[in-house]
Amino acid sequence: MVLQGRRSLALWGGMTLAAIARLLLLMSGASARLSRSVEIATPVTSLVRLEEGFWLKKLGLSPYAGSVYHGSPLLLEIIGPLGANSPILFLLSDFATALLIILIGKRLSAARDHYTHWNIGITHSMLFLTGETLDIGEIAALLYLFNPFTVFVCVGGSTSSFESFVVCLALYASLEGNAPLAAFAWVMASHFAMYPLVLLIPVTSRTFDLATHILCVFFLKIASALCCGPDKPRSKIFRLKSSESLKSSTNVQWQKLWSFILWSAVWSSCVLGLCNRILRHDGGLGEMLRETYGFILTVKDLTPNIGVYWYFFTEVFDFYRSFFLMVFHGNIFCMIAPLSICFYHRPIFLSFILMAVVSTLKSYPSVGDAALYLGLMGLFTHELSDFKYAFLLLNSYICVAALGPVMFNLWIWRGTGNANFYFATALAYAFVQTILIVESVNSMLRFERGLKLTIKTTLSSSKKDN
Amino acid sequence: MDLPFALAFVLLLTSCYAIDEDFSEELLLRPLPDGNVLAHFHFASTLPPVDHYGVHHRLFPKAIFQLVRKFRIKEMELSFTQGRWNYQRWGVGDPIAQLAAKPVGVELTASLDVPEAEVDSTWGNLTHALSGLFCASINFLESPTTFLEPWFSWRPEANWTGGGGAFDAPGVKRVVKGKKWSKSSRTRYGALPREAVCTENLTPWLKLLPCRDKAGLTTLLDRPTIYSGMYHSQRLIITSGDFDRDEEGTTLEQTLTVVLRKPAVSEGLSSKLQDWTLSGLFGSKLEGKCPLATTSSVYLELEESLAKHLAGDLSKETRINFVDNRVFSLSSAPSRVLASLSGSLLLEYEAGTHSELDLGVTWRAPVDWSPARGRFYTSRYLAGSGNARGSIVISFRANDGPSGDCYSPGIEAVEYVDIMILQMIPWYVRLYGHTLQVSLDGRNVEFWSVVRLMRFTPAEDRKAPAAVEIALRVSIATQAVTLTIQYDKGFLHIDEHPPDANRGFDLPSAVITFPRCRVFKQFQSDDVGHSHILAVVQVVDCFVFPSPSFVFALLLQSQRPMQIYSEVSLMQLATPDFSMPYNVITLTCTVLALYFGSLLNALRRRIGEEERESKEGKKAGLLSQKLKWLRNEKHMRVIKVILVVIIGVAVNHYLSSS
Repeated sequence: MVLQGRRSLALWGGMTLAAIARLLLLMSGASARLSRSVEIATPVTSLVRLEEGFWLKKLGLSPYAGSVYHGSPLLLEIIGPLGANSPILFLLSDFATALLIILIGKRLSAARDHYTHWNIGITHSMLFLTGETLDIGEIAALLYLFNPFTVFVCVGGSTSSFESFVVCLALYASLEGNAPLAAFAWVMASHFAMYPLVLLIPVTSRTFDLATHILCVFFLKIASALCCGPDKPRSKIFRLKSSESLKSSTNVQWQKLWSFILWSAVWSSCVLGLCNRILRHDGGLGEMLRETYGFILTVKDLTPNIGVYWYFFTEVFDFYRSFFLMVFHGNIFCMIAPLSICFYHRPIFLSFILMAVVSTLKSYPSVGDAALYLGLMGLFTHELSDFKYAFLLLNSYICVAALGPVMFNLWIWRGTGNANFYFATALAYAFVQTILIVESVNSMLRFERGLKLTIKTTLSSSKKDN
Repeated sequence: MDLPFALAFVLLLTSCYAIDEDFSEELLLRPLPDGNVLAHFHFASTLPPVDHYGVHHRLFPKAIFQLVRKFRIKEMELSFTQGRWNYQRWGVGDPIAQLAAKPVGVELTASLDVPEAEVDSTWGNLTHALSGLFCASINFLESPTTFLEPWFSWRPEANWTGGGGAFDAPGVKRVVKGKKWSKSSRTRYGALPREAVCTENLTPWLKLLPCRDKAGLTTLLDRPTIYSGMYHSQRLIITSGDFDRDEEGTTLEQTLTVVLRKPAVSEGLSSKLQDWTLSGLFGSKLEGKCPLATTSSVYLELEESLAKHLAGDLSKETRINFVDNRVFSLSSAPSRVLASLSGSLLLEYEAGTHSELDLGVTWRAPVDWSPARGRFYTSRYLAGSGNARGSIVISFRANDGPSGDCYSPGIEAVEYVDIMILQMIPWYVRLYGHTLQVSLDGRNVEFWSVVRLMRFTPAEDRKAPAAVEIALRVSIATQAVTLTIQYDKGFLHIDEHPPDANRGFDLPSAVITFPRCRVFKQFQSDDVGHSHILAVVQVVDCFVFPSPSFVFALLLQSQRPMQIYSEVSLMQLATPDFSMPYNVITLTCTVLALYFGSLLNALRRRIGEEERESKEGKKAGLLSQKLKWLRNEKHMRVIKVILVVIIGVAVNHYLSSS
């Protein structure tokens, strides 16, 4: 009871503090400064550009006229009329995201609970931190809310906090096995920012009921690995034993997948139809796709940001441009397959890794992208407990976050530095994120190896007993 | 215009042009209040219609004729300018200032009589032709990022009837959008503020004159002198009639305006005013005229406020001794004196009658006079610091002097001033239209309460410049009008930066028109005669002063509202490091390789027991058997040969198909 009380106090107190911090920053007028900073507002998510697009639309021109606005026409209709009130919207969306993260965490813990019930040597302490006061979801939510990146993005106002919300909604709905909602959120997220398209595999793999599924698949894999082992009779028994509970879940998967595909088709046609209606007097859908997805893929705007594309495409020779565009984007998409093969049974982790990959390699990244995956990382506090270089990484993040604006200031405002200084921090940021991704993958694989070993020894010892 | 009058007018025109080709040369000298001297050379050639005259010419330059016929030029104006016209010291809103003041660099305007779809391509060809003709990089104007199509603010008198016109018409869309306004869509306007002007542009310009620089007024054009002046603007204006009816012929006007520095002699009476002579200014006296010119005159213009110093009364009856009076003395006596209705004086010298003309002014008393003034002084500047963003400010400051009001025909009581702004902004300056703001006398006002008409065509990255046209109407009592718009500076690819990138980028001037203010000076019509310069000077609104003589035809062409140009602004853009491409490519690719390699490595690495397991589990499958077959060296060689052949065929096919 006391634990429960302390827990809710920590959660709600933390949430209130996070809200107060945001409100204070909003009232101090920091948003005007933050909303124009390149770390927060990219050409795709900038609120100033959205305002301009809305103004152009009011004038009767296409919102995409002038290569200024590159977001969705739906956002234009939602955020445009709000004008100066939009920070409230971002505040709400931040807290909704946090709430969704809490719910995702609940589902994850429930799933873990489920697999301690199987008598294969996995104990509670192997999956949960001992003596933890907060649920992993709550840790992750607080991590998300208190991350300075999130706070600045929320206060500065950029549509990326909206994107985070929709992505989390997609993850949560797919955990719930709610195919229509998952499809809706996935379609919306992809519509807003294109890159959430890569979340297709994690989202669909979780339209199946997670509690009985994801970890079952994991065990199935282990079981099949054990099949080839020396201990044949026993493993057959194990397979028989496990397949009873597996059957029910594996059978319904396809149905859910089809329903997801169907619903995504429905929602995408809805979204496209709506956009077409909004843009019917202007360029229509063709122009929208050219100015959103096309703009993201061709990297036409060379405004500095925390990614590496802008300087690369500023400097690279024109005739290599399309080649490198393909290489860079290929790097994001060609990693989907290997990651999915390795982590298809861990969809949330897979989406965390994919989001980190996207944030490293997307054409117009902002700290908002980092805020989301750093928040989701909290869901794996236990799995990633033997994460190496944590101290180094944390400090690198802080250094890069501090040095970036300084270098930008020196280059752009004071004219004493030059572009190379700023690019160096962007490069360091990409490097730091790469280490984070690789090390997360490594420690997750280590964790699974440990689990596997435990199961194996339990099984062999039970065989000996026989 | 009623029918008989129009008929008479057409008859006049035909009778006037059917005669012969005509060439005239004129020079107008004007002492400026700050002691400098303005010299305005004006050469005009007229060509009768082809139907009457044929295509073989005596005087008219063939190059221009071919240009006009080929590109069907109705109107074209090309100017090469160096230096900035100082509106405050040299005058605003007087006809010569109107002609002389041009934005720095090259400016080209053309109305082409071709189908609307072909205008852009014809414009492109025209810029190339002109580029070859004048040894300048006018061909840069072909790129769609450097020119625009003005909708309503260029030559508003063509689109806006009479006094009020479109301003007052009910239901005029406040925002002009898309193709709804297509009246002037055959006109293109382009400017190259960066273009340097030099003698190589002057020589081909002089070649168009029948006497070149061998005789007549052009002998004064000593290159070092005119290029060391404070301001230099050389223009070419082509006007031609309707191509289908072909009744008006073609007129070519070539003007050269220079503001020459005051001679550095310190003997004058006031420190400001210096005595000068033609030979002192240009280094030589004027000897004779161009024998091919019908008119060859030199004028000395005394502005109203200077002329007032001469005598109280300037009516024709009182005889003033212009050669020697209490203010100045002249080296030679004028053959004619013309007084405009507003009070300024023109002393005319026939170049042909004097064997040697060395006109000079010697000041006798310190006089102070002010140049012509418009209603507003205009300036444009960039606000903000740093290379990220800023705002463009166009400000109008009311002239505090007495002659502040402009003449507005057709309107008895003028309660307001109309201002039209045409501004072309290159694409790398990302304008935010929603930040447009107008303030009157320092107070922000509601935008649409002042703006009567606006056209906002946003820029397209690397494709088109932003075009902003705004028509404002403010009350006559307004002292200051400020228009602000914010922008973000773009970031360019290294190849898009000019060679001296850190100098910055020039934003073309804003063209500001006061559609209700007509610039004019009226003389007695019989004084004007054949003079083209007077015809230009006398810009009269025909509806108010119908003039009976044939000169009226010339006047009609040059009827213009007051138009001024803002300064060219220099904008710095953040530059990348130009020496870095290889470093950036290698460093970025290193990080990518690191990401790719280490992530893939982490995913596929097996350790200890796992490795053994996977080896044991891996029975020799079909695939690995095939791979073994491949490992055979002989087989490998065969496969390599086949591969090379396939690649070769594919490349060959690709090359031949493309």
